[in-house]
Amino acid sequence: MTDTTATNQPSAGVDATAAARLARDVAAWERDEVAKFVAKAPERQAEFATLGGFALKRSYTALDVADTPLEDIGLPGRFPYTRGPYPTMYRGRTWTMRQIAGFGTAEDTNARFKYLIANGQTGLSTDFDMPTLMGFDSDHPMSEGEVGREGVAIDTLADMERLFDGIDLTRISVSMTINPSAWILLAMYIAVAKRRGYDLNALSGTIQADILKEYQAQKEWIFPIAPSVRIVRDCITFCARNMKRYNPINISGYHVSEAGSSPLDEIAFTMCNLIAYVEEVRKTGMHVDEFAPRLAFFYVCQSDFFEEIAKFRAVRRVYAKIMRDRFGATNPESMRLRFHCQTAAASLTKPQYEINIVRTGLQALAAVLGGAQSLHTNGRDEAFAIPTEEAMRIALRTQQIIADESGVASVVDPLGGSYFVESLTTQYEKAVFAIIDEVDRNGGTVKLTEKGWFQRRIADFAYETAIKKANGEKPVIGVNKYVMPDETFDLELHPYDTSTATRQVDALNRVRHERDNAKVAALLDRLVAVAGDPSQNILPLTIELVEAGASMGDIVEKLKTLWGTYRERPIF
Amino acid sequence: MADSNERIRVLIAKVGLDGHDRGVKIVARTLRDAGMDVIYTGLHRTPEEVVEAAVQEDVDVIGVSILSGAHMTVFPKILDALRARDADDILVVGGGVIPDDDCEALKARGVREILLQDTPPAEIVGMIRRVVAERGAR
Repeated sequence: MTDTTATNQPSAGVDATAAARLARDVAAWERDEVAKFVAKAPERQAEFATLGGFALKRSYTALDVADTPLEDIGLPGRFPYTRGPYPTMYRGRTWTMRQIAGFGTAEDTNARFKYLIANGQTGLSTDFDMPTLMGFDSDHPMSEGEVGREGVAIDTLADMERLFDGIDLTRISVSMTINPSAWILLAMYIAVAKRRGYDLNALSGTIQADILKEYQAQKEWIFPIAPSVRIVRDCITFCARNMKRYNPINISGYHVSEAGSSPLDEIAFTMCNLIAYVEEVRKTGMHVDEFAPRLAFFYVCQSDFFEEIAKFRAVRRVYAKIMRDRFGATNPESMRLRFHCQTAAASLTKPQYEINIVRTGLQALAAVLGGAQSLHTNGRDEAFAIPTEEAMRIALRTQQIIADESGVASVVDPLGGSYFVESLTTQYEKAVFAIIDEVDRNGGTVKLTEKGWFQRRIADFAYETAIKKANGEKPVIGVNKYVMPDETFDLELHPYDTSTATRQVDALNRVRHERDNAKVAALLDRLVAVAGDPSQNILPLTIELVEAGASMGDIVEKLKTLWGTYRERPIF
Repeated sequence: MADSNERIRVLIAKVGLDGHDRGVKIVARTLRDAGMDVIYTGLHRTPEEVVEAAVQEDVDVIGVSILSGAHMTVFPKILDALRARDADDILVVGGGVIPDDDCEALKARGVREILLQDTPPAEIVGMIRRVVAERGAR
């Protein structure tokens, strides 16, 4: 089996003599205790595996970590950061409790932000409606029925000012979940900060701006891949020079997972996308240590408890090695992966929806044991609609119980050294590097995205999962097990205010009426010139445009004349 | 071919800005594996584009997936466009995240069936076969 004598590196296992004795003990235990016990009381299944398909042994010993060098486990806050990006983790400050919110108009969402802050939330996170996410103005025909429904509607800088009215942006970090149109929202955020006289280097927050995973998973796009990646590059270099505390990208596995991928593909794809972005930025001549410290990540926490913890620990290790060994980073801050986590929306059920609170609680605990920097816990009612205030309060309280009552925040990486968790962490690390190798060999991330390779892997795992749910191999309480056939639902859902679209379009028309249209038109023409020259950065002019009252749709439609739009070749 | 005339033809569609395509791809693959002819429109189609494709492809059923909440806008447009083209023998079914009250309203408006999340694949296949059988030959 595992041979610890082959390497001179000290491993997390035991020395050769002890290993040989342990191997004999394990063999004897299998033969004696286990065999006899199983003969009398068979195990529930012939084989056990994680949700992601990793085979599981009955129990783990030091033999299973023999191939894990001790320094790969390491110490918190030290390369390769398996045990956490910081030396004290939650002993200093517990994770940021960041419940996402967004619906209706800017005023509606501003009120929800203030409610969450009043209830002890420590960071803001913004959900935008579909038109904003896709770069359409609220009065575009494609926006009909969507304005302010799944998130807040933002058309102009005036909306952005109302969204953050009365909230001190130098004292709270703000995350914005937005991708193809992210740079416009960032420009509006900067414009708000400038009007309030803030130092841009005092702002902390994040835009998602992870466009590659959009083509692979979430499917929100505007332009073809090349100009879209260039916009991401522009956000990264602009923030590196002007906003020292701001994360210009949140490389996201969450949507890869929600689109149906395995946990392995979730983290592996983020590393493939990372490599593509870093290569793009380095082409501008910027050294990796100038921008990598502000690269941020976003992962889901699914329901296989230990697998998720191992996943988070493994991706920190993989990232550290990529940044140091592939890209030559020397600043430790360029090598420590920081991530936001959200519990798994796709794991929530309509049947017996109240038990979603328990699912979410377990997932949140795994996220914390996995070392998340910030966390969103889902509302119990999210299989029906966007969450009510009450559902969000319970979700927030779930995090507060973990932080203040459970005691798990007192020790850094309490599962470090667990034979099982360390073994699974190393298996995950190796599997991720194998996928990166495969992508490298086949032409890289962008080429394989164009060919639908990532999309196919996601669709395949999603289909397998659906089959396993249908045949009961993957138990889902309330859906395929412990079903209550006569259940009726009587719950208060978040209402959609049908006046939203009218109010939003009125606000947009006010801005159009009050602005200097000739100035906006001239700036838009200049924008096409800047966009057509890849050596330039698109952000400074975009900031000027939003300050002049240009809407998101004005900017996007103008650039479509230059770049065209993306259309997916659908596969299933 | 006589054989192909008996195969049920289904157009699976995503309409509007909604990009959630996990479920729709599972449904498309499930129906294909059950022996139906399946055409998937891809994302971000307009109701008019969907109806045009359905007529061109001469399908029996249009299956529309919506998880964005815009269902009360999208379904009536598709139903109206079919009627305007005298193609309302094409059945419309739906799936996604749709509140129960809205399901009832949509069925009253002419949507034949609505299947929500976690519907087992066999049930999806059975539903399509049933609504086509109920309609009878064209």
